[in-house]
Amino acid sequence: MPAIDASAIERVFRAEYCRSVAVLVRVFGDIDIAEESVQEAFTVAVQRWPTAGMPPSPAGWIITTARNRAIDRLRREASRDDRHAQAQLLYAPDEPAEEVAVADDRLRLIFTCCHPALARNVQVALTLRLLGGLSTAEIARAFLVPEPTMAQRLVRAKGKIRAAGIPYRVPGDAELPDRQRAVLAVIYLIFNEGYTASSGDRLVREDLCAEAIRLARLMAELMPDEPEVRGLLALLLLIHSRRAARTGPDQDLVLLADQDRTLWDRDLIAEGQAIVRACLRLGQPGPYQVQAAINAVHSDAPTAADTDWRQILQLYDQLLALAPSPVAALNRAVALAEVEGPGSALAGLEDLKLESYYLYHAIRADLLRRLGRAADAALAYDAAIALTANAAERAFLQRRRREIA
Amino acid sequence: MKQYLLSVHSVEGSPPPPPEAAQKAYRDVAAFNDELRSAGAWVFAGGLHPPSTATVVRVQDGDTLITDGPFAEGKEHIGGFWVIKAGDLDAALEWAAKATQACAAPVEVRPLQEETED
Repeated sequence: MPAIDASAIERVFRAEYCRSVAVLVRVFGDIDIAEESVQEAFTVAVQRWPTAGMPPSPAGWIITTARNRAIDRLRREASRDDRHAQAQLLYAPDEPAEEVAVADDRLRLIFTCCHPALARNVQVALTLRLLGGLSTAEIARAFLVPEPTMAQRLVRAKGKIRAAGIPYRVPGDAELPDRQRAVLAVIYLIFNEGYTASSGDRLVREDLCAEAIRLARLMAELMPDEPEVRGLLALLLLIHSRRAARTGPDQDLVLLADQDRTLWDRDLIAEGQAIVRACLRLGQPGPYQVQAAINAVHSDAPTAADTDWRQILQLYDQLLALAPSPVAALNRAVALAEVEGPGSALAGLEDLKLESYYLYHAIRADLLRRLGRAADAALAYDAAIALTANAAERAFLQRRRREIA
Repeated sequence: MKQYLLSVHSVEGSPPPPPEAAQKAYRDVAAFNDELRSAGAWVFAGGLHPPSTATVVRVQDGDTLITDGPFAEGKEHIGGFWVIKAGDLDAALEWAAKATQACAAPVEVRPLQEETED
């Protein structure tokens, strides 16, 4: 019998928490009952598995144990004339969970967590809690919110799901596109918060990036026919492949053009590029797929000078046609500067209305610097520095500003 | 089946809609009510007179106190409401989407507490 230590059980927890909670939510129709009984089951596993050994199907064992614990608890409460508990017991069938049903359960849970009746920050917190199995303390830390605030946010959200009757099901065809966009937006937001922590000392919070990729993989597994789902996964993989090159020895920011490309993760790039190619063959482009394609072009270039900026510019034009946004237009300007020069790019920035976005000022500053307009560039750097709370990005911008002074 | 309150929110002092628009809203709300009834989702509904007609009653130190209303000090008031039956929030939101279109004002959806008697 293989030795079982805490880290082995921890791995099972990471892998199976979402699956187990999703099944239990279906069985009992209540998120709190599901969470508590699954946590109880893992507590029992920590006591029992090191001596009794890991069961052949750890997930099945957790689900069965959790279900039995929940039924025991509901019986105790039902005998105390708790009508809520009596009602829950009616739902509890005895048949074991089947694999197909489990996949559907996880998908249902994702759509419940990302329901449009919940605010975006609540969707994010619930998704990390129920699908990622992160503790309230971990989520609070990740978003720099006091733990009691995050705990209250989660309690309120679960209360709303129960009281308002937010359904536990995969939306119908009519609603699916909007609902799916919300799920992908939540995953992308989790990744971005990890990628450029909106404040704090470290540039990247890798655990959030890894969690977002895990969720994107799960979505791609559960909805294999949705090109945008795969597009998001490819996009995250390709961005994440550059994480080791993105910060220098002192956690300072290194721009794409200056990165040591030997540090890029070749496996992630290969996987991301393969998904992009498969998506292109389907011919149903969407914003995530196009952004993934843009990143795939960067990944193709052995050096920054080899970058195919014309192709990137074309892809930004496609992105703007599919999903016009000032941020996409800003990024297009960066590509335009490489193809036509900083003068044309700067002219295109004027109407963007992005004055509150630090990257707008940072990019404008860089274009002005390249045009030799040092005084204007310094003012733009000042504006960018004033708008970012991330220490690594501030340090980078301050260094650039000193270089032109 | 759960029950939901669909309340119509209006801002006091905002200009009244032109007569044709008011007539259309009147007809659309009547059609929406018919649809609710034939779907079996209807529980109760009503339009309200303006907040200036409201009176507030409260108990203070055992005495009943009556004051000129409304209770809420803000500019936004409930102009009317429906109580509907729906299977879950998605079904209630679908009705609310039709309601807001019919009455041409924002509609808030709130679940009613489950009845406690058998």
